[in-house]
Amino acid sequence: MFTAVTIAVLVAMALALFRAYAGPTLYDRILAVNVFGTKTVLLIAIVGFLMGRPEFLDIAMVYALMNFITVIGILHFFEYSAPGKSANSETVKDQ
Amino acid sequence: MSIVATYLSWALLVLGGLLCISGSVGLLRFPDFYTRMHAASVTDTLATGMILVGLMLQAPTWIVLAKLIMILVFVLLTGPTAGHALAKAALHSGLKPLLPGKSGVLEADNKSSGGI
Amino acid sequence: MESFVHVVILSMLVTTAIAIVRVKDLFAVTMLAGIYGLLSASFFVLMDAHDVAFTEAAVGAGISTLLILTTLSMTGRFEKASVKPQTDYRPVLALVLVTVTGALLIYGTQDMPGFGTADAPAQTHVVPRYLNDSATEIGIPNVVASILASYRGYDTFGEVVVIFTAGIGVLAMIMSKASSTPVVQTSLMSDHVVLRIVSKMLIPLIMMFALYVQFHGEYGPGGGFQAGVIFASAFILYAMLFGLTEARKVVNNTVVQLLSALGVLLYASVGVVAMINGGSFLDYDFLSADPVAGQMLGILLVELGVGITVASVMIIIFFTFTARSQKAGEPD
Repeated sequence: MFTAVTIAVLVAMALALFRAYAGPTLYDRILAVNVFGTKTVLLIAIVGFLMGRPEFLDIAMVYALMNFITVIGILHFFEYSAPGKSANSETVKDQ
Repeated sequence: MSIVATYLSWALLVLGGLLCISGSVGLLRFPDFYTRMHAASVTDTLATGMILVGLMLQAPTWIVLAKLIMILVFVLLTGPTAGHALAKAALHSGLKPLLPGKSGVLEADNKSSGGI
Repeated sequence: MESFVHVVILSMLVTTAIAIVRVKDLFAVTMLAGIYGLLSASFFVLMDAHDVAFTEAAVGAGISTLLILTTLSMTGRFEKASVKPQTDYRPVLALVLVTVTGALLIYGTQDMPGFGTADAPAQTHVVPRYLNDSATEIGIPNVVASILASYRGYDTFGEVVVIFTAGIGVLAMIMSKASSTPVVQTSLMSDHVVLRIVSKMLIPLIMMFALYVQFHGEYGPGGGFQAGVIFASAFILYAMLFGLTEARKVVNNTVVQLLSALGVLLYASVGVVAMINGGSFLDYDFLSADPVAGQMLGILLVELGVGITVASVMIIIFFTFTARSQKAGEPD
């Protein structure tokens, strides 16, 4: 049963990855990275149980932490360099 | 008792896995950033909660149980906060949500630049 | 089953790498690099290397994304279009060089023994001695920590000095007299009340977790490097949400520079004390009457030195970059 949940989480990660490549705006990509990080926390917790080594939970905790700080960091720098505030005519849509 | 706990934990794990997949499918198929954010953050937090509680019911030692509880509390605290911060930043930078227009059809507010 | 998961993760790594090369928006590239770090760390977890996965999670997926973002706020956000648009930019020489080097490397790996064979040099040279004797000679359960801090302590000393040098390099290049005066600026996140309150709750817990990782590193995954990075990230979170001036009040410029040197000094003094007591440099057996107790004391102090230096260098780099980018962004 652990393997079924692992496969489910992997599928969810791959779908989130697709959104990270194809998101039309930057915020879609940030959202996809956030989802990816949370799924990685789950993946590590489940795989740790699967392999009988539950001391991996420290790594899951660090991921959850780094996920949060990275999203906050992205928002901070994006808001600070503020291309949305000045009329930046070169901001094109991403491919 | 332990049989009940085992079956309950399997059920929670499977439900959590299904929620993960449905959340990511929503992330792909919803039309707008804000709807995707709703799908992603709600199902993320709920799926994480279910999977972690399912793992807790099978925890071998007290230390593992304590660590799982801490991870759950942390994710419950930071997941919605990150979603809130992201949505607020998107709104302030001009990304307009898709709203029903006068004809009842969803259309993007065409005055915005669509964000970045 | 296991190789299936390996194949999935490795193919996601390859796709992410291709996407990093092809996408022109550098913010997106930064986030894809963060995903790359997370995938590598998951792969290390699957290969049963938890200390490496821990460090990759903390450094590769967390701190380096933040530092690259700080750099991006000073430089441009999009890759420049090709320099000579009238002629196609074809880096033929670079492509040939990369292909030849890659082919030579792959050819060189044919000579190496297979993964996990019993008579490979990685399994026979010093490793049996480390694995067999670590429990009796050093007495801590985590063999990675004992190899890193005791058997190969001199190499780890070199690593700490490298990190310290990186901090000095950043200070030498970026810090100028003008930027050491405090720039009065309000944080742009001053209206994010929810974030501020949640972060105020979380920052002490993050610091406690960093201390747990530091001192638990002898019994599980962890150690000085990871703990230093986690500790620095608490301060970085505070600086991002409350502004650089507030953060400078907590972490003085002089104090953090002194601390970074203090960590290296602690490491070196442990080695010198061992020499004074009659052994060679960094021979922890001579730190106390009982060799095993001496080893544990030595590893504890050495990891503490590593943690202090790593935390303060990360704080120095982040604060210096942020101060500089705010100076550069002033007339915006």
